[in-house]
Amino acid sequence: MRFLFKTDYNQDIRIAKHSGYYWSYGLLLLIVIAAPYFLEGYYIGQMTQLFIIAMAGVGLMLLAGYTGLVSLGHAAFFGIGAYTEAVLTSNGVPLPFMEEPVIFPFVISMPLAAIFAALAGVVIGIPVLRLTGIYLAIATFAFALVIEEILSRWESVTNGYTGLLVESLYVGDTELTDGAPFYFLSLGLLVLVILISINLLRSPTGRAMMAIRDSEVSAQSMGVNLARVKTTAFALSAGITGLAGALFAHKLGFLSPESFTVFQSLELLVLVVVGGIGSLHGAIFGAIFVLALPQGLAILKDYLPTAIAETPGMEPFIFGLILVLVIIFEPYGIYGRWLKIKHYFQMFPVYKKATFKRQKAYMKSERLK
Amino acid sequence: MSFFKAENLAINFGGVKAVDGVNFEINKGECFTIIGPNGAGKTTIFNLISRIYDSTEGKMTFDGQDITKVPPHAIASLGIARTFQNIELFEHATVLQNLLVGRHCHSRTGLFSELAFTPSVRRAEFAHREKVEEVIDFLDLQHYRESLITNLPYGVRKVVELGRALCTEPKLILLDEPSSGLNVEETQDMSFWIDDIKKDLGITVLMVEHDMGLVSEVSDQVLVLNYGRMLAFGSPQEVQNDPEVIKAYLGE
Repeated sequence: MRFLFKTDYNQDIRIAKHSGYYWSYGLLLLIVIAAPYFLEGYYIGQMTQLFIIAMAGVGLMLLAGYTGLVSLGHAAFFGIGAYTEAVLTSNGVPLPFMEEPVIFPFVISMPLAAIFAALAGVVIGIPVLRLTGIYLAIATFAFALVIEEILSRWESVTNGYTGLLVESLYVGDTELTDGAPFYFLSLGLLVLVILISINLLRSPTGRAMMAIRDSEVSAQSMGVNLARVKTTAFALSAGITGLAGALFAHKLGFLSPESFTVFQSLELLVLVVVGGIGSLHGAIFGAIFVLALPQGLAILKDYLPTAIAETPGMEPFIFGLILVLVIIFEPYGIYGRWLKIKHYFQMFPVYKKATFKRQKAYMKSERLK
Repeated sequence: MSFFKAENLAINFGGVKAVDGVNFEINKGECFTIIGPNGAGKTTIFNLISRIYDSTEGKMTFDGQDITKVPPHAIASLGIARTFQNIELFEHATVLQNLLVGRHCHSRTGLFSELAFTPSVRRAEFAHREKVEEVIDFLDLQHYRESLITNLPYGVRKVVELGRALCTEPKLILLDEPSSGLNVEETQDMSFWIDDIKKDLGITVLMVEHDMGLVSEVSDQVLVLNYGRMLAFGSPQEVQNDPEVIKAYLGE
């Protein structure tokens, strides 16, 4: 067990709380940087997918885990990001004074995809600001359905159900959107997004978000402008998810509205909850879970009786079952469990289970809204 | 010119007149207490001042400014902070983080500089933390700095909430039943702190309180409410001897 003696405000503010962080996260970074030199192509692809999903998870985590606003429609932002990227880099956009449609380089198109998704976040954010809990979930759900419909009907841009081919990107002669280069691009952007999120969470706006999550009325009395902070949270969350969508477009290589359905939204929500709501670690753990589960199930199928293995809807069922079990038995998800294991070894041999037992909350005052 | 003035303040919830034509004036640097039986409209007045409710009628002026229509999130930067009757802390955060949220109305950093965590944001964070440490020293919270609110006993939470209000550097602080749920010793501490807030920090105090011991120890003026109307007004001793007040509390 390490005891920190703080003698400087920087110790509170800086990202690494003590020197151990440099070792553990440095090692982790080293491993993921070295990984493509040892892994086969298939696993590099899977890891890339993991980074992309984790990035979308970080986006939703900022909204659901830190601001307390549940969104059932994040596939919409994911889709907006993906389609924006695909249209900008593949088909191009007809601009005035240009004879041919302009095709954007990815350094411009990716930020644009994020900005478009963020704008969509603001557009949905402003009208639903007054909603919380289940009502907000329903509103975002409806929004996602609208976007899904637009993606399939706006055929002149999205090509509808016929699908949209996403061109590969090249820097010089190397293909950027495949193999190791794409792995590093996704990893780099994921690290960037995580750093931005950490910065946000250690500054006033991030604290205001957490304040809103825990008690809107007192946040307001402390000078937090609820409308502004909620809209900011929505925009940032949507923007990050949109950026992940832009990467996802290249990962898929071929977009169709079926890739951005309600099931995808649910998957993101499962990611956040199972990973551990209210922690950035949770988004990473959740992404690993969401990605590994279907693979695990596929392997498991070989060992199950045919009658069970062939039952349609097995995968969503197990997804749902795990979600329910996690909510009941481990409300802070995989990250919560991880903390407990860490604590056990730090405190060994005097670990007390009660440390993590949730105490009965004292009476809440009547909610004023 | 009085520091805070409520004129003919009224609010209806449907047919219920929760507050009905209340007038009072608070002078700078005093401790003004509102007492009254349950449901008299004391907390409603607090919610009116912190602008969580819109008044149906009447006008409030604070420090020469009309605050009747000010949006609720702007109240803190005008210099009015409050605590809540049943504690509204941010439970999944540490004491330090809770107090830092109290500094929110003083933060001037933009979103993009926060995302990049520029040196100016770092300097601003330092300044906030210095202020927060002053409050921690003032209320003897050093021991709890890193504790999560969920793990703290009720009495400490009450003090943390007071601290959070002080972190906004208010000119007027609204305390909604500061001693409710506290034991005798903690109530005594609270009374010292209220006295210090008034005398050392020069903050005007408006409080709702039931504990008459605490009221007569710290208050300069007492307003008695019953069914949303003013029943009596004066020094703590005057009010306690008022026959109308005794009737309202004890019946006839």
